[in-house]
Amino acid sequence: MFAHLTQCQCRKNLKVKTNNIRFRKLETDMITIEVNGRKVKALKDQILLEVLRQEGIDIPTLCHIDGLTPTGACRMCVVEVAGMNGLVPSCAYPVSDGMKVQTHSPRVMEARKTIVELLLANHPDDCLYCVRNNKCELQKLAGQLGVRERLYKGSRNALKVDTSSPSIVRDPNKCVLCGRCVRTCEEIQCVSAIDFVNRGSKTIVGTAFEQGLNVSSCIKCGQCIMACPTGALREQSSVNDVIGALKDPEKYVVVQHAPAVSVSLAEEFGIPAGTDVCGIMTTALRMFGFKRVFETSFSADLTIMEEASELVHRIKNGGVLPMMTSCSPGWIKYVEQFYPEFIPNLSTCKSPQQMLGAVIKSFFAQREGIDPKKIYSVSIMPCVAKKFECERPDMNQNGVQDVDAVLTTRELAEMIRYFSIDIKKLSPDTADTPFGMRSSAGKIFGASGGVMEAAIRTAYYMITGKEMADLDVKDVRGLTGIKQAKVNIAGIEVGVAVASGLGNASKLLEEIKAGGRKDLHFIEVMTCPGGCIGGGGQPFSSDQKAIKARMKTLYSIDANDPIRTSHGNKAVERLYDEFLGKPLGEKSHHLLHTHYAKRQVIR
Amino acid sequence: MDKQNNFGIPVKEKQPGRIYIYVGTGTCGLGAGAGKTVEAVKKYIQEKKLNAELVEVGCIGMCTAEPVMEVKANGKCRISFAKVSEDKVNAILDEVLAGKIDNAKPLYQYEEAGLEKWQSVMTMNEYPFFVYQTRLVLSNCGIINPAYIEEYAAAGGYKALAKVINGMTPDEVCDTVEKSGLRGRGGGGFTTGKKWKFARANGAGQKYLICNADEGDPGAFMDRAVIEGDPHRLLEGIAIASYAIGANKAYIYIRAEYPLAIKRIVAAIEQAKQYGIIGKNILNSGFELEIAIKKGAGAFVCGEETALMNSIEGRRGMPKPRPPYPAVKGLFDKPTIINNVETLANLPDVINLGFEKFSSIGTKTSKGTKVFALSGKVKNTGLIEVAMGTTLRRIVFDIGGGIGNDKKYKAVQIGGPSGGCIPEQHLDIQIDYESLKTVGAMMGSGGMVVMDEGTCMVDIARFFMDFIQKESCGKCIPCREGTRRMLEILNRISSSYRSKSTAETLQRFKGVVSLRRLAQVIKDTSLCGLGQTAPNPVLSTLRWFPDEYEAHIYERKCPAGVCKELLNYKIDEKKCKGCTLCATKCPVQAIKGVKKAPHYILEDKCIGCGNCADVCPFNAVSVS
Repeated sequence: MFAHLTQCQCRKNLKVKTNNIRFRKLETDMITIEVNGRKVKALKDQILLEVLRQEGIDIPTLCHIDGLTPTGACRMCVVEVAGMNGLVPSCAYPVSDGMKVQTHSPRVMEARKTIVELLLANHPDDCLYCVRNNKCELQKLAGQLGVRERLYKGSRNALKVDTSSPSIVRDPNKCVLCGRCVRTCEEIQCVSAIDFVNRGSKTIVGTAFEQGLNVSSCIKCGQCIMACPTGALREQSSVNDVIGALKDPEKYVVVQHAPAVSVSLAEEFGIPAGTDVCGIMTTALRMFGFKRVFETSFSADLTIMEEASELVHRIKNGGVLPMMTSCSPGWIKYVEQFYPEFIPNLSTCKSPQQMLGAVIKSFFAQREGIDPKKIYSVSIMPCVAKKFECERPDMNQNGVQDVDAVLTTRELAEMIRYFSIDIKKLSPDTADTPFGMRSSAGKIFGASGGVMEAAIRTAYYMITGKEMADLDVKDVRGLTGIKQAKVNIAGIEVGVAVASGLGNASKLLEEIKAGGRKDLHFIEVMTCPGGCIGGGGQPFSSDQKAIKARMKTLYSIDANDPIRTSHGNKAVERLYDEFLGKPLGEKSHHLLHTHYAKRQVIR
Repeated sequence: MDKQNNFGIPVKEKQPGRIYIYVGTGTCGLGAGAGKTVEAVKKYIQEKKLNAELVEVGCIGMCTAEPVMEVKANGKCRISFAKVSEDKVNAILDEVLAGKIDNAKPLYQYEEAGLEKWQSVMTMNEYPFFVYQTRLVLSNCGIINPAYIEEYAAAGGYKALAKVINGMTPDEVCDTVEKSGLRGRGGGGFTTGKKWKFARANGAGQKYLICNADEGDPGAFMDRAVIEGDPHRLLEGIAIASYAIGANKAYIYIRAEYPLAIKRIVAAIEQAKQYGIIGKNILNSGFELEIAIKKGAGAFVCGEETALMNSIEGRRGMPKPRPPYPAVKGLFDKPTIINNVETLANLPDVINLGFEKFSSIGTKTSKGTKVFALSGKVKNTGLIEVAMGTTLRRIVFDIGGGIGNDKKYKAVQIGGPSGGCIPEQHLDIQIDYESLKTVGAMMGSGGMVVMDEGTCMVDIARFFMDFIQKESCGKCIPCREGTRRMLEILNRISSSYRSKSTAETLQRFKGVVSLRRLAQVIKDTSLCGLGQTAPNPVLSTLRWFPDEYEAHIYERKCPAGVCKELLNYKIDEKKCKGCTLCATKCPVQAIKGVKKAPHYILEDKCIGCGNCADVCPFNAVSVS
């Protein structure tokens, strides 16, 4: 049904806006239009919605996704254009000289209000109980348009909620059929696990053959949740489980948090995007009752030790190249089901979350004399695919799961509110040994290109025995979908590529399949556009500005950190000395590496 | 054989002494039993060992006369007979072949040079059903055998295409068609030549022509008849249009529910290929054309041009916002022209007659003819083709024969689910694109449903709204959710008299206020034509028959006696003999009474099923 296109035609529509301002001669292309009686300058053929927003008129939209072809489905953005019979959707209409636009005439307002009323007529009256209460776009629109009465009382959908997936819950009753999830999954992620099914009022967004999300080709990245304006898509909540564990006297509850979380959490509390609240967060976590607070950035360093060793080994011994990173579980599932021929290319390293989980329940448990079965290991991630990853059959030892529960950044914010903590009043605290020290190479894992840069810094050292003259590899930084660079390491021109967003990864894979790209040795793939900072578990205010701010903070932490390389992390060194032996050694292999297998999914 | 001017298609010689028996085997004819008639004729020919040929033709348009059988024999004109079911075949043929028509009652005969006319039989052109028609598009339907390109050529076919390729540039063709005033016959009414010019303005790259044969309107079968009865005319039109816009590939998007039409057009394409009408370097001009068939899959919305293109591309059939318009960026992102079957079928005549003669037919703004599918409560239902500007009265009463069963005319619904009704006071309206809009109706694709006093206008509005709800693609909110609520309101108005709860009553009153408001928003904001025109039947019936709505809402009565749940069943005490038959048959035990004494119906229990009225042997149950 949604057969994955081997030539990724689905990316055909992914064109950033047509207005490439740099290449226009401004004088000849400027026109004048009239908006609500005022004259406004615009570029010829610019999209009307863009012009209006530039003027400060924030026309409401519901189905609009910046950067994708407008679909014209919700009709919220309609405006009155003189000379046109009906109302015109401003998201899909190019301006022309002399156009007269009314954005808030009575006819337009009546239309917008009626559309929201019609949506509400088929929507559960669930706001008080809904996970999106106060964060819901439909709720916001109803408030903006002054809807005070349920005008249309009639039949309402009563569809089954799909809770089959460990990461994502689908509630079709709250779905407004805006199509944002469908287009994100198809055009940005190139997965197409969900699409419109049936026709007319019976239309729903569903999986192939309407089976559970769990058996579909969904890679559980949660980008659909980020795209969804209502509570129709949400993560599987682990909050109750974690609170239960915290209150259980039998359990020894520990927590780790991903590098991206501390630069994103603050936005949930009205603090400007990009503010790093790592220390405060640690304090809050202790207040919840976690016995130990660890940093996933520590195990990011550990991962680099293993992965850089693996890369060097492959390069020196003719192993399968290009090697591809394996810390993004959505990406792993994507390869397993769509590109199983690339499984040998994947690094066998577990992700930092899983590596830390493994050493907590072995090294830490032994050292502290705690029964691993009594340890309840929680991780806080910007990701919902990690909920799926921690349940993978290989991620345990002797029947004890490495990581027991995963909370998203949003769920952490929920818990902070639950325990009535005012984070602005807290003083910062530091993480616990033995897994609290981290290099900034481990911290930049949160951004697309971070894993690559960290790996290069260490691989260089491993091959040459010397530190890089300039530890910054700027070519792999930034929010561009595909980034490429060449690093000269002892005469070898090491070719690297970084992709974020699986549509971009697919492009690279197709190039490699077609026989080219012998120049590439190592590829970093992050499922989510921009890397983990743009993950499916992040705060809902994640627009481009917020993601950029989070990224900037990560790199500025890196610029100012005393230890900037993973191999410089003394705590990691000690872990090898005291417990693991050496990278790729037998114990490392047993605890820190995994394997993959081809997947059959319904699609 | 003139290859250059006629593609070298041989003209079939008519053999002297051969008998030709024609049977109309379009889908409508087959539905009336023409298949059996065909078998009977074959048997007759075989048993009598006649030098005869059975010719299966398309639909002549007189649906009430089907199955139609015609005979051309023994030097006499071809003569037509109606309602020739298989049991009547032998008797008619016996008579006619003997030169007599004493018992067989013919309809009319076709005048032909060199053949003897039958006495006292009207010619087709004199016959009441046809006398007011101007048959251009339908000129061959029901007359020639659609399975043979030779017959089409003999009737003058493919001359226009040859003329175009040999002697006109594509720009000249566009000009001619624009000057002729031909407008889109699918309902849009956009000037065809002008639309073609938009495509031409995009340079010399890949272009596509799409023939829209989806014909989804309920009650519309014009395109079906053309494709079944005269498929080569359509192909000629497609070729002319493709040449004019510079397309080398054409698609025919035809609904899968037309298997006979598909069969005919597929066969026609094969034949056209044989004579080099389709293929490479046609008539040595460098023009090449490939025609592909794409079958629909049961979605009315795929008749909308952007949804249609999505469907051909293999995507879900949902419309896209315009701009960009298909003429600029359409199928596979290339400039594309989509034309309706009837529009394309007009092109051979536009070329052959010339734009001056063509534009002399019709009104000032609407040139040429229009094919209408006349159905409903008229005596003569069927397919007709009249010049634009013909009055509705002429169509309904003169051609249609007026209302049957001694009933009174009430309205004509024109344009299907996108259209509106025309009440009695506007019967003299001259039909063209603009005039219909002034009374709140729309030409649409040409479906005309005639209604009499026994039709409930609220029910009609509800029927069309139900159709729209089922066929809406679901993409945009006003159409998907708006028409759903409008349907609910209409359902509430026409149902459940029994429930007297005040909440329900209040709902109904509020609902009607909402109807107009919703209708306006749906018209203003829907993404495509389906949604934009969906409220038309409701608005039109509200405009011309407000009293009927009021009766439903306030008096809770259905004046036409159609809305079952509003019917009031009463037993006439004087007629009731107390046989208790009704009480036994009542599904909700709403009839009470003692044996041999008059019974009575409990109003609040009655669900209006009508069983009692059906079974009463004394006609004692009255319905109001």
